[in-house]
Amino acid sequence: MAAGQKYVGGGVPRKEDPQLLTGQATFVENLTVPGMVHAALVRSPYGAARIKKVDLSAALAAPDVVAAFSGEDLADEWAAGLPMAWPVTDDIRIPDHWPVAKDVVRYVGDAVAVVVATSRAAAADAAELVDVDYEELPTVVDIEGAMAPGAPRVHESFENNECYTWTHSTGDIDAAFAKADVVVKGEYTQPRLIPNAMEPRAVLVQPSPAAGDFTMWSTTQIPHIAKILLSMILGISESKMRVIAPDVGGGFGSKLNVYAEEALCIALARRLGLPVKWVAGRSEGYLATIHGRDQLQEIELAATSEGKILGYRVKIRANMGAYLQLVAPGVPLLGGFLYCGSYGGEAYHFECTGVFTNTTPTDAYRGAGRPEATYAIERAIELLARKVGLDSIEIRKLNYLPQGEMVPSPGGLEFDSTNYAPNLDRALELLGHDAVRAEQAERRAQGSTKVLGLGFSTFVEMCGLAPSQVLASLNYGAGGWDAATVRMLPTGKAEVVTGTSPHGQGHVTCWSQIAADALGLDIDDIEVLHGDTHVAPHGMNTYGSRSLSVGGIAVYEACGRVVEKAKTIAAHLLEVSPEDLAFENGSFSVKGVPDRTKAIQELAYAAWTAHSLPEGTEPGLEANCVWDPPNFTYPFGSHLCVVEVDTETGDVDILRYVAVDDCGTVINPVIVEGQVHGGVAQGIAAALYEEATYAEDGTLETSSMINYLVPSAAEFPSFELDRTLTPSTSNPLGVKGIGEAGTIASTPAVINAVADALAHLDVGEVPIPATPERVWRLIQNAKGGAA
Amino acid sequence: MKRISVTVNGVRHEAEVEPRTLLVYFIREQLGLTGTNVGCDTSSCGACTVHLNGQSVKSCTVLAVQADGQEVTTIEGLATNGKLHPMQQAFHEEHGLQCGFCTPGMIMAAVGIVDENPDPSEAEVREALEGNLCRCTGYHNIVRAVISGAKASV
Repeated sequence: MAAGQKYVGGGVPRKEDPQLLTGQATFVENLTVPGMVHAALVRSPYGAARIKKVDLSAALAAPDVVAAFSGEDLADEWAAGLPMAWPVTDDIRIPDHWPVAKDVVRYVGDAVAVVVATSRAAAADAAELVDVDYEELPTVVDIEGAMAPGAPRVHESFENNECYTWTHSTGDIDAAFAKADVVVKGEYTQPRLIPNAMEPRAVLVQPSPAAGDFTMWSTTQIPHIAKILLSMILGISESKMRVIAPDVGGGFGSKLNVYAEEALCIALARRLGLPVKWVAGRSEGYLATIHGRDQLQEIELAATSEGKILGYRVKIRANMGAYLQLVAPGVPLLGGFLYCGSYGGEAYHFECTGVFTNTTPTDAYRGAGRPEATYAIERAIELLARKVGLDSIEIRKLNYLPQGEMVPSPGGLEFDSTNYAPNLDRALELLGHDAVRAEQAERRAQGSTKVLGLGFSTFVEMCGLAPSQVLASLNYGAGGWDAATVRMLPTGKAEVVTGTSPHGQGHVTCWSQIAADALGLDIDDIEVLHGDTHVAPHGMNTYGSRSLSVGGIAVYEACGRVVEKAKTIAAHLLEVSPEDLAFENGSFSVKGVPDRTKAIQELAYAAWTAHSLPEGTEPGLEANCVWDPPNFTYPFGSHLCVVEVDTETGDVDILRYVAVDDCGTVINPVIVEGQVHGGVAQGIAAALYEEATYAEDGTLETSSMINYLVPSAAEFPSFELDRTLTPSTSNPLGVKGIGEAGTIASTPAVINAVADALAHLDVGEVPIPATPERVWRLIQNAKGGAA
Repeated sequence: MKRISVTVNGVRHEAEVEPRTLLVYFIREQLGLTGTNVGCDTSSCGACTVHLNGQSVKSCTVLAVQADGQEVTTIEGLATNGKLHPMQQAFHEEHGLQCGFCTPGMIMAAVGIVDENPDPSEAEVREALEGNLCRCTGYHNIVRAVISGAKASV
């Protein structure tokens, strides 16, 4: 295809913005339909308990109440339980998971009953009147406790709390360790995090009782997947379900799920014949929306005395929570190939055990497995550097995989594009490395209480989920393709229908840029349609930094097919052979006769009237593409962080943050930078501020935004960004993905910086989040003080 | 129920409200102005920021009855004659929004900041925005937008 480059690569202002800037967004909570009633859930206050009796009488007698149901009352609604789509091993233990618990509750927040009323306030008031008689059961909330002999069992039907163990090896790991001169070992705790998309979850279901169909508006990242799975849960024909994701206020994985409340609102709408709405309060969401991370990690590196890595041995334990949400068991696997980072070696062994606890279920949170893996290797390589007497730059450059295409990694993947050293050099240049080191030395020499540290994170990640056959080999329950339709309208405008489902990423703008260049149209003549299963019948939706490298490629390829068809019509009308035509800026011209042209808009009209088409050509000018990528994409980058640590208070202040990413071809640099900013901020938040904690009885201690610290603008610096460009070899545009890279890279960059700042004090491992109290205690302990 | 009279975006509304009704729910549910969002239940996030008599407030911390006889401006009232307010335009040009959920509150807070300090430094903007949370942008472009919007508002 002869594509101009008018829009791709430019910082086109977003087409999404006007509605969002003026208060005209269609967030689910903003939507109303006539006759709508409101659901409020009664949730367990216990980490584990047997439900002895649910008394709904007082709630039913309250004003404006339409109905109230216990889990037992609703048991007949479910043709299947809530789904888990990634049974990573054949012997994985999969517990029953009903939208409303029937007999036993297993975490604080597990739904017990629901009240429906004519207003949200009336429903909430009446839910308070539901009287549940519980028999408390013993709880276990942490991984080690759950794996201890005799631990309370989260699911009585399983003999212990282990959900699965998945292993993955390459090479001869024992031989690698046997011949190693040095072995270093790191042990890390990845705290539990609460994703905190700014829009709380909400659902609105409108039934059409006579027709037997249902329309659900949901704050979801996955309308198409939700449609299929909810039809199975409810026993409704898939063809009777329409799912719409309107404007969605952020996700970060927390809306990559099929949730109890979605199934429940459909069930209530079916039973009552009324539209039913549910909106989560923020604090309710803290209990009832998935959490992320929560892993214990052990990593060992075997290396030569020069610091060359021979082997990687990794063992992790991952907290699944009380039930298995949609892809939870697979989250650690997404990191399971990446504990070798961007480095080489001969052998690799990874083992992960999933564990049940009496806590809110975990699942994919921005980066999903890869931030944890990157943290472990980027911390461990610093241990190795110290052991063999190299600095952070030398150890990395010594071990980098060679520059190339389809480069095998010790983790068993083939990286589509590697070119790591120049990327690091650019970051060092942007930072002014030598000056930072000089100031660090000067402050130390002066005995300053404000010490400087420089942290490195030179990561590679895998994204663009995913080649369907690879997913099959990992027991994943779906394909990894995505779909697009590009349709020229009779008036010369175009519709792009995409199977991706944006919630802040700017797909409307980026897909418009791709299509405008490919079709030679003005960007304002392109409309992008998404997030409605009746409008876009096929899609795998948005997560895992996949939208551009899978769905965006489908758009690009479909445009190519439209141009090919238009070319045959142009050739017919111009009475030349298609080979004699050139396509540029939306116009076909006869080579050598530049004034004989047909604009693509004219051809769209000609295709619609069908008055004169080449023999055998169907009317209309549109094309589909379902793109199944041949490989993941592997973005990489170098993130450098400079911190100032106050040795008297333990306070950590980020002075500089330099990020040089390589995400291949860039469609819109402004949007890419925005993704990096936000991703880096979430990783910094994990490094310094955020941690969800449970009391032993299963109470979520960080139960609201009051005591879970989502950082504000005051906690961050401005970020200094640049890029290198190594195109992906996995797709025709050379694009990779950038949605998660910042989060994957930044947590170890920050902690490496804190560790570097305190290196002269020999404080040992820096825990995350590195709160002032923890850092102060490290310093005091190192001094032998009474901390 | 209590009868109140509140002028919102220049229109005077007479309404009956429960004494416990928060201003944000009065605006959203009784007046149907859904541009003002609710992002938390602890007055932490600032998504619901509006102007009450020209001062930015979190409308989840004000009872509707407290707004009786007062003037409220919401995000819907910021653009004039179809032209974006300079702060809205700055958020657009600086890519100061992604999912857009915090944006109405963020913009109302930003206008309030610039009213008090017409030429804020980056550090001043960051401190002043402490009550408004965003999870998408890392605040980088929001801060740039506020500074740019301040210059354009002069």
